[in-house]
Amino acid sequence: MSGERARTGALPITAEQPTTGALPITAEQPTTGTLPSTAEQLIRAAAPTPVLEIRGLRLAFQGEERRTVALDGIDLVIAPGEAVGVVGETGCGKTVTGLAAMRLLPASARLTADVLQFDGRDLLTLDDGALRRIRGAEVAMIFQNPTSAFNPVFTIGAQMADVLAAHDRERGDAARERIRIVMASVGMPDVERVMRAYPHQLSGGMLQRAMIATALLCRPRLIIADEPTTALDVTIAAQILALLRRLQLDEGFSVMLITHDLGVVRRVCDRVAVLYAGRVVESATTEALFAAPQHPYTRGLLAAVPRTSASSGPLQTIPGSVPTDIGSITGCAFAPRCPVVQDRCRAEAPWLRDLEPARAAACHFPGVSVVSA
Amino acid sequence: MSTAVQGGTLSAPLVRLSGLVKEYPAYVAGRGNVTIRAVDRVDLDIAPGEAYGLVGESGSGKTTLARCLLRLVDTTAGRIEVAGQDVTNATGAGLRALRREMQVVFQDPVGSLDPRSRVADVVAEPLRTHLRLGAKEIEARVLTLLDEVGLGRTFLGRRAHELSGGQCQRVAIARAVALRPRLLVLDEPTSALDVSVQAQILNLLADLRREHGLTYLLISHDLGVVRYLCDRIGVMYLGRIVEQGPAARTMAAPTHPYTQALLASRPSVDGVEGVALVRGEPPSLTDPPPGCSFHPRCWLRAELGDPDRCVDEPPDLRVLAPGVTAACHFAPATPTTDHAPVPR
Repeated sequence: MSGERARTGALPITAEQPTTGALPITAEQPTTGTLPSTAEQLIRAAAPTPVLEIRGLRLAFQGEERRTVALDGIDLVIAPGEAVGVVGETGCGKTVTGLAAMRLLPASARLTADVLQFDGRDLLTLDDGALRRIRGAEVAMIFQNPTSAFNPVFTIGAQMADVLAAHDRERGDAARERIRIVMASVGMPDVERVMRAYPHQLSGGMLQRAMIATALLCRPRLIIADEPTTALDVTIAAQILALLRRLQLDEGFSVMLITHDLGVVRRVCDRVAVLYAGRVVESATTEALFAAPQHPYTRGLLAAVPRTSASSGPLQTIPGSVPTDIGSITGCAFAPRCPVVQDRCRAEAPWLRDLEPARAAACHFPGVSVVSA
Repeated sequence: MSTAVQGGTLSAPLVRLSGLVKEYPAYVAGRGNVTIRAVDRVDLDIAPGEAYGLVGESGSGKTTLARCLLRLVDTTAGRIEVAGQDVTNATGAGLRALRREMQVVFQDPVGSLDPRSRVADVVAEPLRTHLRLGAKEIEARVLTLLDEVGLGRTFLGRRAHELSGGQCQRVAIARAVALRPRLLVLDEPTSALDVSVQAQILNLLADLRREHGLTYLLISHDLGVVRYLCDRIGVMYLGRIVEQGPAARTMAAPTHPYTQALLASRPSVDGVEGVALVRGEPPSLTDPPPGCSFHPRCWLRAELGDPDRCVDEPPDLRVLAPGVTAACHFAPATPTTDHAPVPR
């Protein structure tokens, strides 16, 4: 029964609210089918249209012999002007969530969702032309490896001009002027030289600035940044994160920041969604999440990070490893590794539910850190 | 096994680098062939049983230093001693004997294992190469080693692609400790791993060190990892050690402006103390700045009104507190015990 509920995606509005949302939401509203409840309709009327709305996103890759489930019902909503961190370990589905949001998945991908909307438009039914007009213009993407994201045989300036041309924006001198403006806004030194440079002539930090500049060219509403600083040295990463946050606050676009690094999230995000085995297991404002993580996985992740402050005794670990076959799991996917697992967890999968406004966890026993006897 | 002397200074050092220099030829468009100095006059002692952490950004020379120490490359100048033996000029049997004493774990857990070898053979290889043992004895030792790194008998027949990243790294560690070396060089041993797996491997490394009195040279860009495993740290910038001191103290009260910037740049899960934006990018090794190599990016120099001394005169390492040395003309000699003021 609980399995069916997730698929309908009619569960409470949890992560979905904008951070400002102090709207009262009851956790257990009666829902019928996929029709929005009265409470949900009220909230929708009050809140601005989300930039990105994902509900019940399921994704599998169909191989020759077997089907591999990658996402098992992701719920994620990003409000205008909001920076949301999508955090998780290898294989949790964070990168494919970003790719699914841009419909950039290979042909073997089987994608279904109750809702997959960008700015109120249904991404599942848009044709290729409409998707192309959104990609790179209204939604831009920043990748982990800036070296491979640029074409090595064209200059940076030419590749940026191509983006403008592809979206019927500025051309010629006007394009060069627009490129100069965004290059200046990302703090690029020596703009004229960089525009004439080939990717191999620039450092990783400079290329990442150029990639951010490229993302900004068409004034996007949403930037999806997938591990944007993982390949960079720590002092450069700090510069890039500060830049991204400043631009986001100044220009008002939204950010989906995909990362394995909770420290990065803490630095630049308003809200966080923690992914595990293809699901959002906890969602909260950044402040609330770090102050009092509710899901045992989130708590385990935070405790496993080695600190630079006083250390004593062994690091806390999460025993075992991430499940590889998400599709075959019954019960809570984290149960085999959970320090506070109960019988119920092995039998019945918990769904993401509200604990308080703007905070949700997919756990039968949220906040419980000790097993009662 | 050797006695562990944490941060000990009484016993003779296990590792001693004196004036180590490593240069590489390079080609720069417009200038032709040049020489770049990846490691620049480094002096470093590591006591038996000590864990020493080397931190720094890419191109700072930390991996090159380790490669010189392991004699994977020849040094340009200076001297390296391990357990009183000269590594720099060792050859033949002498070098083979030294290699038994120092082993290495690399960053890429999958790439550092032969994809065609079974785990049993990977771990047995150093035993077969260096010791004359029968098949039974080798098998027994391999099982003991796998048990020490938390892997059971079921792993014997597997190959690298059948293991997770963490399991591969456990196999690499078992291989590295197979000959009971005195020194283990760990080059970013957990950077490719997820945080929950990283914690398991770090605990394993801490346990192995305690049980076998191992000496570690740990190379990492992650200050938290270094803080967890190491007694002492050295911070490298453009080939030189710019600050050295006890790990706890250096993290709590860094003295060199670069160390302070590194700490402040690190995205912490415990909250943002302040973001130090070091200006610009690390300079190229083909064109190192004159004087103090950090001066073009130094926030402290900017705060002091850009004094000429930083450009004119390279700073030497000087003692700023017991056990703390830093190469900065202006770093205060009595660092506070609190976090240093965060630069803007």
